Amino acid sequence: MPDPASSDGLTLKGLSKRFGSFEAVTDVCLDVRRGEFLTLLGPSGSGKTSLLMMIAGFLDPSDGDIALDGQSIIRLPAEKRNFGMVFQGYALFPHMSVWQNIAYPLEVRKQPRAQIQSRVQEMLDLVQLTEFSDRLPRQLSGGQQQRVALARALSFNPQILLLDEPLGALDKKLRTDVQEQLKDLHRRVGATFIYVTHDQEEALSMSDRVVIMNHGKVVQVGAPNDLYERPETVFAANFLGKSNFLRGSVTAANGQTLSCVVAGADVHHRCNGAAPGVGELVTLALRPEKIDVAPLGDAPLSNGLQGTVSSLTYYGSNFTVTTEVAGFGSVTAEVGAWRNPHRFETGQTVDLSWQEDATVLVSEGTES
Amino acid sequence: MRLNNYWLLVAPLLLLVMALYAWPVINILWLSVTEPQAGLQNYEKLFASSSLARILWTTLRVCLLTTFGAVLAGYLVAYMMAHLASGERSWMLTFVLVSFWVSVLVRAFAWLTLLGRNGLLNGALISSGLTDEPITFVRNELGVLIGMIHYMIPYAVLPLLANMQGLDGRVMSASRSLGAGPLVTFRRIYLPLTMPGIFAASILVFVISLGFYVTPAILGGGRVLMAAEYISVQVLVTLQWGTASMLATLMLGGVLALMFTLSRFMKLSEVFGAKA
Repeated sequence: MPDPASSDGLTLKGLSKRFGSFEAVTDVCLDVRRGEFLTLLGPSGSGKTSLLMMIAGFLDPSDGDIALDGQSIIRLPAEKRNFGMVFQGYALFPHMSVWQNIAYPLEVRKQPRAQIQSRVQEMLDLVQLTEFSDRLPRQLSGGQQQRVALARALSFNPQILLLDEPLGALDKKLRTDVQEQLKDLHRRVGATFIYVTHDQEEALSMSDRVVIMNHGKVVQVGAPNDLYERPETVFAANFLGKSNFLRGSVTAANGQTLSCVVAGADVHHRCNGAAPGVGELVTLALRPEKIDVAPLGDAPLSNGLQGTVSSLTYYGSNFTVTTEVAGFGSVTAEVGAWRNPHRFETGQTVDLSWQEDATVLVSEGTES
Repeated sequence: MRLNNYWLLVAPLLLLVMALYAWPVINILWLSVTEPQAGLQNYEKLFASSSLARILWTTLRVCLLTTFGAVLAGYLVAYMMAHLASGERSWMLTFVLVSFWVSVLVRAFAWLTLLGRNGLLNGALISSGLTDEPITFVRNELGVLIGMIHYMIPYAVLPLLANMQGLDGRVMSASRSLGAGPLVTFRRIYLPLTMPGIFAASILVFVISLGFYVTPAILGGGRVLMAAEYISVQVLVTLQWGTASMLATLMLGGVLALMFTLSRFMKLSEVFGAKA
C-alpha cells in the first residue's frame, strides 16, 4: 500500500519541459496537499504558466510524472483530468449566455436536465450573477466575466481548480475585492486551488503556501510569512517584498550571534541555524521596514550604519527613505508617516539601525 | 456621418463607376421590360418556357452543390492552415493563391486531360484493373462540379481562414478543461464560432458561381446549360436581348434578395471581415 501521506493530493515528480534547447521548466518536485491554496509565483518567463499547463494537460512534460492520489495522470488528456481551470482573459464561450457557459461542463457530462438546472442556479448564487444569467459574456464587465469563469470551472465540482493570472485584467481596486472573494470561495468549496501570478501581494494575501519560481526552477516553497521572514536566497528576498543586502566577511562568531564588517561598521546578526565560520563572506537581507531611521545621534550605533538621505517618497501610509551609505551604496528604509516624530530632508545624515534578529542570512544563488 | 472634403477626392472615381457600371446595369434592367416591346412579356416566358425553368434549376443546383463542396473543402484547408506554424502557413497560402493566377480556361482544359475518356485517371484505373470501361468524369454535371469546386476553393479558404485566425485558442482549451473531448469541442464551440466565416464563404462562392461561364461550357460538354452561357447565346446567337436582360435582371435581383435576407440575421460588414 502506498504511503498515504504522499499519495493524497497532487504530486509532481521531477517535472521538466524543454522547447528545443530552451528549458522552460527544470526538475520540479512538489506535493500539493488536498484543499490547500497554493500559489506559483515568479517573474514572466519563470516557467510558472508552463508548469500549470502541464498540470492541466495542455502541455506534455519532457520528463517526470504527475500523480493524483498516487495514480499517474500523465497519459490522461485534459478533458479526462477533471480539473477546473480559469484562463488568463477568462476564455468564456462568446456565443453562449452566462447560464449556458456554466451549464456546459454539466451538459458534456450528460447530467440529467433537472440536476443541471439546480446546479447552475447554485453556482449563479455563489458568484452573485443570477440576474445576469441570460447575458452574453461581452455584455458583462471584466469582474463579472471573471466570476462566470470561476462558476463555470467550479460547476462540476473539480477536486482541483487551476487559475492562470485570473486577476491580471482587473484594475487595482477591484483586484483587492476579488482577492477577498477568491479566498472566501476557496474556504466554501474546499477544492485545491493552484494559482499562478507574478503579483507578490496576491501571493502573500491569499495563499496557504507559495512556490517561488525563477528560470524554470523552484527557488523556495513555504507559507507566506515563512517566505517573507526567512527567505533563503537573494532572489526570494528581493522578489517577495523588497530587501537591502549587506555583504561582508565574518569577524567574530559568538554562539548564535555573528559579527561582520559592512562599510566599516560592525553589524551583528543572530543566526537561526548553523553559524558560518570566521572569515567567511556572508550576505544579510534586511527588510526596509525593519530599519529605524533617526537624526544623527551622539552615541555610536550598536548595530547600524550612517547614511545621507538621497530621496524621500511618500506613499500615504508610509515614507520610503533612500540613503547613501559611504563606501557601501544605497540603503532603503521604510518609516510610518503617521505621527512620525522626525522630519527628514534630502542631504541630511541619519542613523540607520536595526535589531540583531532583523537580518536574514541568504545565499547568493547565481541562478535562483 | 458629415459630408466632408474627402468626398472631393473620391468624387471622380464615383462618377466613373456611375458612368461605366451603374448606367449599363440600369440599361439592362430597362431592356428587360422594353425589348422587343414594352411590357412584362419577357418575364412571362419564365412560366411559359420549360427550357428556361430547366436552365434556372440547373444553375441553382450546380451553384448550391459547388458552394457546399467548395466550402467543405475550403474549411478543411483553412482549418489546417489556421493550426500550422506561421512559416508553414504562408507557404500554404502561397499555394492557395497560385491557383488564383492560373486562368480559368487553362484549368478547365487541364481537368479535361486529367479526367477525360483517355485521360490520366481513366488510364490509371483501367490499367490497374479497377474498371474495364472508362468512367465519364467530364462532359457532364460531375465534370462541371469538379471544375467549379476546384476554382472556388480559394474563395472559400480566405474568409474562413480570417475567421479561424481571429478565434482565441484558449476558448477551445477551456472547453477541453471542462470535460469536452475534441469532437464535442468542435461541434459545440469551434463550429458555431466559425459560422460567420462559413456564411461569408458560402455567399461569396454562391454569388461568383452564378456567373460561371467558361467552366460549364468546357467541362459540361454542352450538356449542362447554365444561366450565364444561355444569356451569352441569347445575346450573341439568337439576338433575343430581351430574354437575356430578363435573366440577368433576375440573377441580380436574386443575389440582392439573398444579401438582404442575410443582412436581417447578421452584419454583412462583419461577415466580410470589415470591422466598423
